[in-house]
Amino acid sequence: MTTVDTKPEVTSAEAAHLSDRAKAERNLGWKLAGPAFVIMLLVTLYPICYAVYLSLFNYRLTDPSARKLVWLQNYITALSDPLFWQAFGTTFAIVVITLIVELVLGMAIAMVMNKVVWPRRTLRTIVLIPYAIVTVVSAFSWKYAAQIDTGFFNHWLHTLTFGAWDEQFNWFGGWFSSIVIICLSEIWKTTPFMSLLLLAGLAQVDSAQEEAAKVDGATWWQRFTKVILPNMKAALMVALLFRTLDAVRIYDNPYVMTGGANKTTTLSMLVGTETVSRVEIGMGSALAVLLFVIVLIIAFIFVKLFKVDLTTSGRS
Amino acid sequence: MDTTMSNKTKNGLGIVSIVIMIWTIIPLLWIVATSLKSDAALADPKQNVLGNFWPKDISWDNYKLIFSGGASDLFVPALWHSIIVCVVATVISVALATFCAYAISRLDFPGKKLILTTSLAVSFFPVIAMVTPLFNLWRQVGLFDTLPGLIIPYLALTLPLSIWTLSAFFQQIPWEMEQAAQVDGATSWQAFVKVVAPLAAPGVFTTAIIAFFTAWNDFVFSSNLTAQNAQTVPAALNFFTGASQFVQPTGAICAAAVVVTIPVVILVLVFQRRIVTGLTSGAVKG
Repeated sequence: MTTVDTKPEVTSAEAAHLSDRAKAERNLGWKLAGPAFVIMLLVTLYPICYAVYLSLFNYRLTDPSARKLVWLQNYITALSDPLFWQAFGTTFAIVVITLIVELVLGMAIAMVMNKVVWPRRTLRTIVLIPYAIVTVVSAFSWKYAAQIDTGFFNHWLHTLTFGAWDEQFNWFGGWFSSIVIICLSEIWKTTPFMSLLLLAGLAQVDSAQEEAAKVDGATWWQRFTKVILPNMKAALMVALLFRTLDAVRIYDNPYVMTGGANKTTTLSMLVGTETVSRVEIGMGSALAVLLFVIVLIIAFIFVKLFKVDLTTSGRS
Repeated sequence: MDTTMSNKTKNGLGIVSIVIMIWTIIPLLWIVATSLKSDAALADPKQNVLGNFWPKDISWDNYKLIFSGGASDLFVPALWHSIIVCVVATVISVALATFCAYAISRLDFPGKKLILTTSLAVSFFPVIAMVTPLFNLWRQVGLFDTLPGLIIPYLALTLPLSIWTLSAFFQQIPWEMEQAAQVDGATSWQAFVKVVAPLAAPGVFTTAIIAFFTAWNDFVFSSNLTAQNAQTVPAALNFFTGASQFVQPTGAICAAAVVVTIPVVILVLVFQRRIVTGLTSGAVKG
């Protein structure tokens, strides 16, 4: 496909010739990489910029003639509306609960996958399945499992607690129990991804160091916190960052399970209802931009605070 | 380390593994079980065993309903839309990303880091933030509720992922072998086809599977940018109706859910190792 090869040592005599060659390589590089890059920007950055523009208008699709530039009014309205903060709180609760559970569970599963002798391959295959399941499918599965009439949760809990659990308990009757089911389903679906990233991190831990600590008489917990965790910090941070950003954008799961009832509307769902059901394009865009800013802030905090170098961690 | 591991630890870990596998499998078994229940058995614990879990009598009615019965008008087209939209989006993004990743790992040009950073940043975008402008734009240009109107946003999901994953793959290819082949008298095209392509193919294939999963999973775009003519299965599931308007379509939804799940589970079972490599090399690599 190309005749250019990696750069040899540059001598001054060859410099002129090489710069031609470097130029050709540059051209070819952009010719090959350009289309993907341009299309990626068009399909993502363009809508985002357009959203920022639309967010400055009072614009309702059913009444286009009343479209009016209102500058930051949409943002002020959104930020002073309790509905926004309610969605923010729900999203935040889901992020915190799922992240903590997934981190602990994901780490435990990763450590088992790392050490297990039998059934090693079956375990690795089966653990991967939830990752591939369509989120809507897993949401329906958990929803039906928790429902009073069709479900089995109440029956199993009733048996396990020797009859103490109420068989008619309505999981979707309140905010907290709804959040519990949403989080359980989210945890089931995404822990595999977390544990795979952590497993990759575990593989980088030097086993000689661990052995040395063992010989020196370190307990399991000491080895875990002093040797294993510091050595896989990069993987840990990347896994946490990816999962946090995914959880902040949560949409399908609560949408299918509760449809936003009992104050379980998340930020993403709020953007969706505002745009599609209420066709308030201006307000919907403002909420979308706010969500985007929240995501940016989180990513920024992670990268700065934990010094995650994402561009090198993706390269060998 | 395996030699120092006692049988007790070995078996302990084995038991923990089985617990993990059961936790993973139950929701899947449950959705299969629900899809096999007759309408009468759905909410009647007496007709089911294991605490309302598995039906005593297996019924295929729900599958008949979605493939030839009342729900088939909604499900069968949606299945086709899912297949077409996801395959086309995957092919386009993996083809473009292959050229891009090849250039990034093989050629020296300014802006490599920019491309990688941008593709990572783009994958952090909240998908829903793109829906509002696209919804408005698509209605104006007539792409709302069309297959291309879904394929284009799906590129936003799959392209950054593909560029990132493929670049990680391609950087592990020993490019010197290509030059070695040329020194041995092969033309550059021959060197590429005979040496590089076979090494790159598994990475491209793995990326395609991961990109396909991502598109197959989408609910946000499909539910907000389509009405009926281009709806994919995940979005269509929400619009299912039962045998009559008073019957919850629980069984039909579960049957449809099982049908969309089968292809991905088969892909996972067959290509498990490659998918793991792809996921982890795309995200963390020491």
